[in-house]
Amino acid sequence: MTHDITARTITIPGAHGDDIEAYLAEPLGAGPFGGVVQIHHMPGYDRSSKEIARRFAADGYITLLPNLYSREAPGAAPDDAAATARAKGGVPDDRLVGDVAAAVSYIKSLPTSNGKVGCIGHCSGGRQTFLAATSLDLDAAVDCYGGAVVTAAPPESGLNMPSLLGRTKDLSCPLLGLFGDDDKFPTPDEVKRLEQELQAHSKTYEFHSYPGAGHAFFCVDRPSYRVEAALDGYKQIGAFFARYLA
Amino acid sequence: MCTYQTERVGLEGSSAKGPQGWFSVTSASVYFDHPVHAPADHTLNIDLLNEAMGPGARVAMELGPDAAEALAHAILRAVSMARSLEIY
Repeated sequence: MTHDITARTITIPGAHGDDIEAYLAEPLGAGPFGGVVQIHHMPGYDRSSKEIARRFAADGYITLLPNLYSREAPGAAPDDAAATARAKGGVPDDRLVGDVAAAVSYIKSLPTSNGKVGCIGHCSGGRQTFLAATSLDLDAAVDCYGGAVVTAAPPESGLNMPSLLGRTKDLSCPLLGLFGDDDKFPTPDEVKRLEQELQAHSKTYEFHSYPGAGHAFFCVDRPSYRVEAALDGYKQIGAFFARYLA
Repeated sequence: MCTYQTERVGLEGSSAKGPQGWFSVTSASVYFDHPVHAPADHTLNIDLLNEAMGPGARVAMELGPDAAEALAHAILRAVSMARSLEIY
């Protein structure tokens, strides 16, 4: 493993035929490589999200990070784009599914693809990963502390994020869930409820919840960063991707 | 946690100053969530926006909870005083 990669911004046809921006990070070499669609967190298509994409590429996966705010704020600074999307009620669920489907198709069209594609997301991207994995035919899904999977975002939030629990039966692939014991969105009780639903439908899943960690424990540039949880989390993701995507 | 909860407020007749100078702002988003810059897990965030002018027409604030509360009280006191002086 050389960790040699290339990374660049491309345009892909997203949901409803809209052209959307995406960040493609891929290992150098002929492959074949597994693929990862990475769904960025609510703060947007930002530098830290692109760093994560490059990390997965260095680990040997073609990683595509669609800019979910391409339509609301083309070319805007990530924080301005996130504020604009928030003011407009967030990303509609059907559009998210279309954008992820387009990203999966793009990866599979590459000559270096091995035909397997998974999805990963943090925070709101964790919820959207669960949504994608219950809507599309994927090979693996990683939900990092996604809120509003079990319990809908409250109506006063102004964001349309219904509960996804009823979609569990449609989960198309193995699911890895990484959570913090101190998180309040999702709470450990919500994580337990999701686990019960996965068991009820005989789904393949693996959950890890870390003591002393709350929401966003992977964020290296925030006080929420928890080194032990993040290191073990990346270890679990690496093993999971190797099992289902390599 | 991400609270997601966003209060939206109309700001007709208001202006703010950003990197490009003064502009009219038409709405505000107010939410308690992760900051981009402030050194805290969560802050009270305020975006003053003019959506018609695009995403860059934004003045953003990330306030510590005590600061946010103090600012809110100060605004209410100033408005109350203006009303009592019948200049509002």
